[in-house]
Amino acid sequence: MPLPRKKTRNYLPLVLLVLALFPLFGSGYYNELIAKIMIMAIFAMSLDLLVGYTGLVSFGHAAFFGVAAYSVVLLSPKYDPGSLWLVLPAAILTGAAVAFVVGLFVLRTKGIYFIMVTLAFAQMIYFVFHDTPLGGGSDGAFLNVKPELRIGEKVLIDLNEPMQFYYIVLVFLVAAYVFLRVLLRSPLGHALAGIRSNEHRMQSLGFPVFLYKLAGFVTAGGLAGLAGFLSACQYGFVTPEILSWHQSGNVLLMVILGGMGTLNGAAIGAFAFVVLQEVFSALTKHWQLLMGAVIVTVVMVLPGGLSSLPRRLKGLLIGGGNRNG
Amino acid sequence: MDVSTFLIQLLNSLQYGLLLFLVASGLTLIFGIMGIINLAHGSFYMMGAYMAFSLTALSGNFLVAVLVGVALSVLIGFLLEWALFSRLYKRDHLDQVLLTYGLILIFEELRSLLVGDDVHGVPIPELLSASIQLSETLSYPVYRLFMSAVCILLAIVMYWLIRYTRLGMMIRAGSSNREMVQALGINIDLIYRIVFGLGVTLAAFAGMLAAPVSSVYPGMGNQVLIICFVVVVIGGVGSVWGALVAALLIGLTDTFGKVIAPDYAGLAVYVLMAAVLLWRPEGIFRRI
Repeated sequence: MPLPRKKTRNYLPLVLLVLALFPLFGSGYYNELIAKIMIMAIFAMSLDLLVGYTGLVSFGHAAFFGVAAYSVVLLSPKYDPGSLWLVLPAAILTGAAVAFVVGLFVLRTKGIYFIMVTLAFAQMIYFVFHDTPLGGGSDGAFLNVKPELRIGEKVLIDLNEPMQFYYIVLVFLVAAYVFLRVLLRSPLGHALAGIRSNEHRMQSLGFPVFLYKLAGFVTAGGLAGLAGFLSACQYGFVTPEILSWHQSGNVLLMVILGGMGTLNGAAIGAFAFVVLQEVFSALTKHWQLLMGAVIVTVVMVLPGGLSSLPRRLKGLLIGGGNRNG
Repeated sequence: MDVSTFLIQLLNSLQYGLLLFLVASGLTLIFGIMGIINLAHGSFYMMGAYMAFSLTALSGNFLVAVLVGVALSVLIGFLLEWALFSRLYKRDHLDQVLLTYGLILIFEELRSLLVGDDVHGVPIPELLSASIQLSETLSYPVYRLFMSAVCILLAIVMYWLIRYTRLGMMIRAGSSNREMVQALGINIDLIYRIVFGLGVTLAAFAGMLAAPVSSVYPGMGNQVLIICFVVVVIGGVGSVWGALVAALLIGLTDTFGKVIAPDYAGLAVYVLMAAVLLWRPEGIFRRI
């Protein structure tokens, strides 16, 4: 079952070039903003694997992002830089391991249950960090010195350097994108797509559906962990808010805003969301009102998300387009 | 723990559980009958509490505030169903999640714009402000008993409404086959509007009822929403009976959890949910 090739793939090299050259022209603020968008894009793509490709609407994806971010802080020495060799794989593994345990429970449920149960589990993990002294309670914790990559005495990568950090994020974004593309073309990816369109048929064909879903869930958790790692390194502190259900809602929003089931769409959604957030919060302190209005409008008039916009416009101009997309 | 402390905690957990039931029953009805997942349900609870606060301050009378608040809630429910939800019946759950998530943000900011971000209290109405002396040192407030009684009364009314009235019959029929009911000449759109209005009103009423004992604060809706999800998951989606049992179970777990291990009480409820999920992934009760 070959996945249809999207035309937008042609723009990828251009986007990559812009991202690679951006820091040469942009100022510190904009570099940071673009880095944040790229991190959110990784996060959103990881969720898209579940929502868009497997048909699992998870409302608790922030849990994996958050525990990974916390693991960075907890594993780094207090006043010395942590080693990237240790901290990065640990963060990804933490995200994946938590996703494994949560997945064992939540994947027993379907549909609307799944939405509610993922939310409830994420909330449970939120309370672990909010109520117990493990990660500094409700105040959160600081990552005083960001991790670095050393070989012998030589520091190869130092995440305290904004420029280096930007390019590391870019490298990871590309790596995550390529990884997911390869995964989606692999037998696992095809099995997940099959589960999305007809789970019962896959079951009767003899596929161990639960295991496939668990594999997808764990992979998505690991990638969310990568995003959480980068986010902790960007800001240098973690609070329980990164595990909150608003975070889960926001990333789900990014996926749907951009149009689910297309990795590009998740990235576009992340871009649109972060930019909207910046613009709105510059306008008013009640920016969530505007964000809410945008969400309601998108749901009511644009069910395919932003990436369906060109197709819709084309349909309107030429006529005969599928309005209900 | 001596007997009177135990008794007080038991009454507290009963009262908390019944209140949760009031909110969760609306959530489970709206889902069970209309197939809508409503994240904004907690916002209606919050709305109710804030209405109780503002209207009591305005009118000086809690009862008047509740009556006006209930009327407003019905109106809000009808309006929302007509303007937004009625267009989403045929859509994916995902769209419903998104829409109601957007609504949470809007309601939360409107609350901030209209009433501000302060924590408020609502005085207990004078008639119910007494306490019953249990022992020399312990007493129990009448208002809490009143709350429990009102919740039980409403549960009975709801049972009667769904089981024994013509409207209830149409509601049950509509939940099992929308098209057939429509073909038989019943105005299913109106039925749905009534169910949604009822659900919104139940949540808002629970908020009003709770306002005098718990303070009125920003974010109170979200907290209730997530606990209600747990109630619905444990009880079984769409089952009002299951919601009652699950809500009482959670009331007990949470209240006694807070007494026994205060630091981890927040988690106890979720552990209960995880256990039920392992045992019966579809909830304790299937749909009625």
